[in-house]
Amino acid sequence: MKIDKTLFYQTLRIRMVEEAIAREYPKQEMRCPTHLCIGQEAIAAGVCAALAKEDVVFSTHRSHGHYLAKGGNLPAMIAELYGKATGCSGGIGGSMHLIDLKANFLGAAPIVASTISVAVGVAFARKMQNKPGIVVAFFGDAAVEEGTAHEVMNFAVLKRLPVLFVCENNLYSTVTHLRDRQPRRPIADFARGHGMKALTIDGQDVRQVFARAKKFVDTVRSGTGPMFLECLTYRYREHCGPNEDGPALRPAAELMRWKRNDPVVGMTRFFKEKDLDAMREKIGKEIRDAFTFARQSPFPVVNMRDDHLVYKESRP
Amino acid sequence: MRKLTYAQAINEAQAIALTRDSSVFLIGEGVPDAKGIFGTTVGLADKFPGRVLDMPVAENGMTGICVGAAISGMRPIIVHARMDFTLMAFDAIANTAAKWFFMFGQQQSVPIVIRMIVGRGWGPGPQHAQSLQALYSHIPGLKVVMPTVPSDAKGLFLSAIADNNPVIFIEHRWLHGLTGDVPNGYYTVPIGTARIAQKGNDVTIVGASHMTIEAIRAAKALMGEGIHAEVVDLRSVRPLDRETILRSVKKTHRLIVADTGWKSFGIGAEIVAMVAESGIRLAAPPLRIALPDLPTPTSSALAASYYPTSVDIFRSGLVLVGKKQSFVDRATARYSSAVTGTPGYAADQPDPTFLGPF
Repeated sequence: MKIDKTLFYQTLRIRMVEEAIAREYPKQEMRCPTHLCIGQEAIAAGVCAALAKEDVVFSTHRSHGHYLAKGGNLPAMIAELYGKATGCSGGIGGSMHLIDLKANFLGAAPIVASTISVAVGVAFARKMQNKPGIVVAFFGDAAVEEGTAHEVMNFAVLKRLPVLFVCENNLYSTVTHLRDRQPRRPIADFARGHGMKALTIDGQDVRQVFARAKKFVDTVRSGTGPMFLECLTYRYREHCGPNEDGPALRPAAELMRWKRNDPVVGMTRFFKEKDLDAMREKIGKEIRDAFTFARQSPFPVVNMRDDHLVYKESRP
Repeated sequence: MRKLTYAQAINEAQAIALTRDSSVFLIGEGVPDAKGIFGTTVGLADKFPGRVLDMPVAENGMTGICVGAAISGMRPIIVHARMDFTLMAFDAIANTAAKWFFMFGQQQSVPIVIRMIVGRGWGPGPQHAQSLQALYSHIPGLKVVMPTVPSDAKGLFLSAIADNNPVIFIEHRWLHGLTGDVPNGYYTVPIGTARIAQKGNDVTIVGASHMTIEAIRAAKALMGEGIHAEVVDLRSVRPLDRETILRSVKKTHRLIVADTGWKSFGIGAEIVAMVAESGIRLAAPPLRIALPDLPTPTSSALAASYYPTSVDIFRSGLVLVGKKQSFVDRATARYSSAVTGTPGYAADQPDPTFLGPF
């Protein structure tokens, strides 16, 4: 039961952080495109709980959950959204460019599928360097529509690289439904076509995500090559921003249906109200402190004409 | 000093880089095969097992993979036998490699060398002969070099592999066979420095890559007309060695830029604009020698009128010093027939000994 509490706590924590961002966002102090993962928290929490510190995670534009679950620094993330010097990318990246080297969260970027290749490259380097650790690439259902995803899945299988591909299938690319973008066939079949073992699972149940991810992570760690996990999930809020899409963009009944299988609410029945309150209070304080830190932090003072922002010094 | 071809110089530079640093690896389509990318990688796979690799035909994904390797402490060299293929990787180069250091607040840099070969001769045509240095030089975060002579090819390559940033290393196919003195052992030619290939006071000709060879030929011919051209071999496009160009133009007050790429929005445009902004007064309007704004034709007959040569540069030199039109026409016709009348001359071969592979 102990692991369940940890899993739930992380899921709840991601939910509460995202809801706090959504509450504060309309004040227009966080002035960057922000993609919330409310509804999808269990995948980040479940997969990252199966990882070791040395393991590496890459993510996308919707990265807050992955960053936090992998151990990314929360105040530095909020400060990044505020564009502050204390942000995890020095205020230069914003919500779409999170990184925490200490946590081995090695980067999130919003060009669809672009970080999958970088993730495979880190695994390639580790194999060449005989370094331990596996690499997880999180991406969405639209990423498998990009050629590069297949280019690097092919290479990862060819070289038997330690990569776990995790596809968060939330049915939508912005508001374009999967059925308008892909023919009817399981996304996991792509991975099978490349010669990988793949599984499609319920992404709303953090215990199931953890259990499956743990097996896959252990197998990938054993050196047999990459694997692929497709997690079925749903995004509650709009593609970018704090609001819901509303019925003009996505059917209200669909949202209601997914909310009946909510990753947070579904698990509250396992805990006493008193324990839930204690968890909420602890997370609430962590979040308040993070926002205070972010608000009080200075803006970056850099010369935007300085080459050193773009080029690292080199001494041949 | 011993003489090496440009291809041998690059081969040697890579061997030195692979020897000096075990984090260097070399990857590309056909890299370990017997032909070894026009000789530039021949023999390296045997000398450095496991670090000289072939790859799937997947330019974008493989470039992203090299970025991942680069942020993990490796120093990848990725080779493309045609620059045209790198457009498949433009996303990974421009969106990922070029931005990584900046967008995460200067925490991780991407030391990667991307070799790109510009094709020409015997009909590579529209999709195997593009010279896209302006495209890459437009992107902050990239460095772009295009050495002309073998010693610079080696020295700039060793600078590129030591550089902590993505470096685009452009080789014109017609240069691979060029022979020149190349120092032994390790040395570097700094990125961002142009070279005075020939001194002169009357007109500045800034040449890029193979067009520097044409510029030197033109300068020799201009000498016969009593005109002393200074030839600046650009070597690096980004960062641009503004000082060397401006110093020369300040002296000559006349400027020709000879580029292997297209004229519009090309590096000639950038250099002319830079000189205009400097406030140096020119004695005559600057001239750009570059490809016409059309894709490359395949037929050898069309290639002759498509590619500018030393003849075009020669003519421009005469115009800039104020020679009369009738004189310009006569002298150019004379020089042109001397060039085309050279035994074995063909517009689609750098010299008669060059018989491919193209």
